[in-house]
Parts: sequence; C-alpha cells; structure tokens
Amino acid sequence: MAFLELEDVSKSYGQGRDRIEVLHGIDLEVEEGEFVAVLGFSGTGKTTLVSLIGGLIRPDRGSVRLNGKEVLNPGPHCGFVFQNYSLLPWLSARKNIDLVVDHLFKDWTKSKRRDHVDRYLEMVHLSAAAEKKPRELSGGMRQRVSVARALAMNPQMLLLDEPLGALDAITRASLQAEISKIWSRDRKTVVLVTNDIDEAILLADRIVPLTPGPRATLGPIFTVSLPRPRTRAEFNEDPVYKRLRNDITKYFLSFRHGTRDTEADIRLPNIRPLEMAVR
Amino acid sequence: MTKTNSEEWIRQVLFKGGIPLLTFGIFLLIWSRASAGIQTNLGQVPGPGQVVEQVKSLAYEHMNERQKAVEFYKTQKERNAKKLSEDPSAQVKVRKYTGKPTYLDQIGTSLRTVFTGFLIASVVAVPLGILCGLNRTVMTALNPLIQIFKPVSPVAWLPIVTMVVSAVYAVPKDWLPKSYVISSITVSLCCLWPSLINTSIGVSSLDKDYINVGRVLKLGFFAKVFKIVLPASMPYVFAGLRISLGVGWIVLIASEMLAQNPGLGKFIWDEFQNGSSQSLARIMVAVFTIGLIGFALDRVMLFFQKLASFGTEQRA
Repeated sequence: MAFLELEDVSKSYGQGRDRIEVLHGIDLEVEEGEFVAVLGFSGTGKTTLVSLIGGLIRPDRGSVRLNGKEVLNPGPHCGFVFQNYSLLPWLSARKNIDLVVDHLFKDWTKSKRRDHVDRYLEMVHLSAAAEKKPRELSGGMRQRVSVARALAMNPQMLLLDEPLGALDAITRASLQAEISKIWSRDRKTVVLVTNDIDEAILLADRIVPLTPGPRATLGPIFTVSLPRPRTRAEFNEDPVYKRLRNDITKYFLSFRHGTRDTEADIRLPNIRPLEMAVR
Repeated sequence: MTKTNSEEWIRQVLFKGGIPLLTFGIFLLIWSRASAGIQTNLGQVPGPGQVVEQVKSLAYEHMNERQKAVEFYKTQKERNAKKLSEDPSAQVKVRKYTGKPTYLDQIGTSLRTVFTGFLIASVVAVPLGILCGLNRTVMTALNPLIQIFKPVSPVAWLPIVTMVVSAVYAVPKDWLPKSYVISSITVSLCCLWPSLINTSIGVSSLDKDYINVGRVLKLGFFAKVFKIVLPASMPYVFAGLRISLGVGWIVLIASEMLAQNPGLGKFIWDEFQNGSSQSLARIMVAVFTIGLIGFALDRVMLFFQKLASFGTEQRA
C-alpha cells in the first residue's frame, strides 16, 4: 500500500449541459518521502487535482487515501503552497507563520514556538524581513513565507500548486534550488504541480504528465534517475537529462497536434474591423 | 528642493486650495445677491453677513449661559455653606442649574445621540452581517426583512419607537432621558442597514484562499471569524460603518425636528416656531453646522477605513 493513493478519481464542475468533467479516472500512487511532479498545460485541472489530494474538494467518483485512510477534509497533515501565496495580507510574515504554529502546537511553550518559527524563517532566508507585511515583500519573498508556513505545520505531505509560476525566471531558479535543498534535508512527501518541464526534472523523482483537458487523466510515468543534488548547470550537458526532456516534450507535442486537428473544424465568423477614423 | 519642484508645489497649492476657495466665493456672491431680493414672513432671507452675525450671537449666548451657571453654583455653594455654619444639622439642597440649552449644548446632544445610535446599530449589524456572509441559509432567511426595512424612512419609525419606548421605559432615569433613547433607537434603526449589507458582502466575497487557510488549520468557528473572516473583511465593514454614520447623522436631524427631542433638529424647529427676524439666519447657521459636522464625521470614518484596509488593491 502506497503512502498516498488516488484510485479512479474523477471530478466535474457545472450543472446540466454545462457540466464539464475536468479530471477523469486518475490513478496515482506516491510513496512516502517521494517527490512527484505532475506536469501539465495551463487549465487542464492541475489545481483541481491538488485540491482533491489535499481534501479541499471531494471527488465525484473514486477515492483519495493517505496512509490507507480516505481524505475527507483538509487538515494540518497536508501543507499547501499556492501560486498566489494565500498569505493573510494584514499579518506580517512572522505573524502569518505564528498563526499556524500557535494554533497547531498549543501545548508547546511560547519560547519553543518562537524558536520553531525562527527556524523556518531562517530556512527560507527571511529572518531579516520577518516583520514586513506581504505587500511589502516581493513575489519571491512572499512565496518563501508561504513555503515556511507550510513546512512549519510539520505536515506529512506537501502540496505545491505551481508555487513558482508567478515569479521571474531568475527568482524561480533560485527558489527551485532552495526547495530542492530543503526537500533533501527532511525528505517529505511532495506533490508538485507545474507547467515547467525543467522544474519538474530538477526537483522530482517521478514525473506524471496530465493530459490536456477536459477529461484530463494521467499519462505514462517518467522516472527521473538523475543523481542528486542536481543543478541546472550540469543538466545542459547531461545526455540522460536531454533524452528525458525530449521524451516528455514529444509526449506533450503529440497532444498539440491532436488539438490542432479539432480546431480546424471551427469556422470563424466573418468580422471585419470598422474604420473608426472616418465618421 | 529644486526650483521646478517648488514651482510645482506652489501650482499644486494654488490648484487644490484656490479653486475650492473661488467656488465658495462665487457661492457666497450668488447667495447674498439672491437672498437680498426675497422677503418672507420672517423678514428678508439672510445673506452671509447676517449668518455670521448670528454665529457671533450664538457664541455670545453660550458664554453668557455658562457664566450664569457658574454664578448659580457659586451662590448656591455660598448659601449652603452659610446655612451649615449656622446650623450643622441643616438640610442643604443642591440643585442643578436649569438654564436653557445653548447652541453648543444642542450640538453636543446631537453628537452623543448619533454616536449612541450608531454604536447600537454597529453592535447588531456587524455580527449579523458576518453570519449572513458566512451562511447562505441565514442570508436567504434575513434578506427579505433587510430589503423591506432598508428603504423605510426614520420618520415612519419615529411614532412607533416613541410609543414603544414610552411603554417599556416608563420611568426615565435622570441620566438617560426618554427623548435621548427614542432618537438613538430611531437613528440605529436607519443606520443598521448599510453596515449589515456591506459586512455581509465583504464576508461573502472573501478570498477563498483565506478560508482555505482556516480549513487546513481546522479552525473552530470563533477562531475562524476572529482570525480570518473579520480582519479580511475589515475594509468592507468600515466602508459600511462610514455610510451608516452618514445616514445616521441625516436621520437624526429629521427625527429631532419631528419628535422635539433635544439637539440641532429641535434648535431648527424652535427657531422656526419662534419666528423672530433672526430665526432664518440662525437656521442657516444650523445648516452649516450640520454640514460641517457631517463632513468631519465622514473624514474620521474615512481615516479608519483607510487604516483598516491593507492595500486591498494589491492582492498579497
């Protein structure tokens, strides 16, 4: 029995004729301490998948089990990091983490809780900006707070929903390196959802592609056998990396052709721009 | 500061200060010209000059009245002291000075009343708004009542409130006059709705991510409300409170006029009934006072509203 099991999970949104099945028949097993990346196009239901795993929403069919127990509700066993940070804007970085720690570890002494928060602030290199409000922090810093908050919960599993999607390329690269470092320290089970192939290869043990929606489902699993620690610089020359990247790209491109064929049937309305200058 | 900077600054001052001053000047000009030609039963419609005259006169009356009060207490004290020195067991009476309330007293009464009403309304409206925003059943249940009572004018409530208060609060305490209770409740009935509606909108349009934070932590109901829902909807709540206080102030004057409850409204009504040649000018003073106080209240609430919003235009 795997640590996290998804069995025939399906989820639809909408009512009646507008009902769209977003995810269809998802099967996935994740072992404890494993880093799995779910790779997919935008709008294919990646966030829905993460929300299902975390228990924020319930599947229409199938089941999500963690440690053999069905996930019915979200809880502190599962830490989230979202693309939009989801920090409380009226609290400072430290207070955002305090809120979580104070609530979950009520039996700890005050100083122990403070040390705990300090440790995670330090881990994401934010000790200096701890008293700043989210709006005073850059996107990368906000995401660090969000990561620290999720880790400070001591969750059994971490769900990262395109955590670096809103960041610029340089910040993203440095945060990827940091996430990789933090992960190799305590080897938490992580499910990362992303649309960045390099990010997936850099961080994950296994990569699971999500087919384009609607009725998205998981494709064949790509195992990343590259040794850790991995760095971007080494990648560029590595034949294993090149092959893997090629295989995954090819897999996704095969869908691109598929979608183009169906688009050919759509006839565009005959609209011409009006001449605005001439009245 | 460079030269261009100081030039820019002067231009700004001239623009932001000069234009409103100019408008006000034009307003005064039109007012004095127009008023000069109209004769009423209470004499000529007052121009700016007469109004300023009445401001002085009202201030003088206030000072005069205060002086009388001080003298009254002084002579009372002396009289009692004298009595006691003659006969230590004598029963001395301490009476309150019962002069007529001055214009400043009326302003004070009005402000006290509006704040009491506003406070009652806020204490009811904000929690109820939170419940409405959190729970669709509560919202659906209360919505018809809210929609029906929201457009009702204070004037319609006044007789009912007066009768109910008279029946329930039959023996008024010295420190809590009946008229004060009636006005406050009328005000609160009218400034309940903006706060209630705004709070419920703020809560129900809460960012789902914030709610999810609470769900992941498995926060209880009260922890959720106080740690997440209330702080997150603060900008909406304060926007609602600001509208409420504005409405309350408008409502108060009307209800004071009608119910003959002390305050600025009664001042206006009394002057109207009094019908002296200064009455209209005095009423104009009241009009400006009401306007200025309303403006000040709005600015104070705006300050709190800004304090409570944490850069909402930028999502964190």
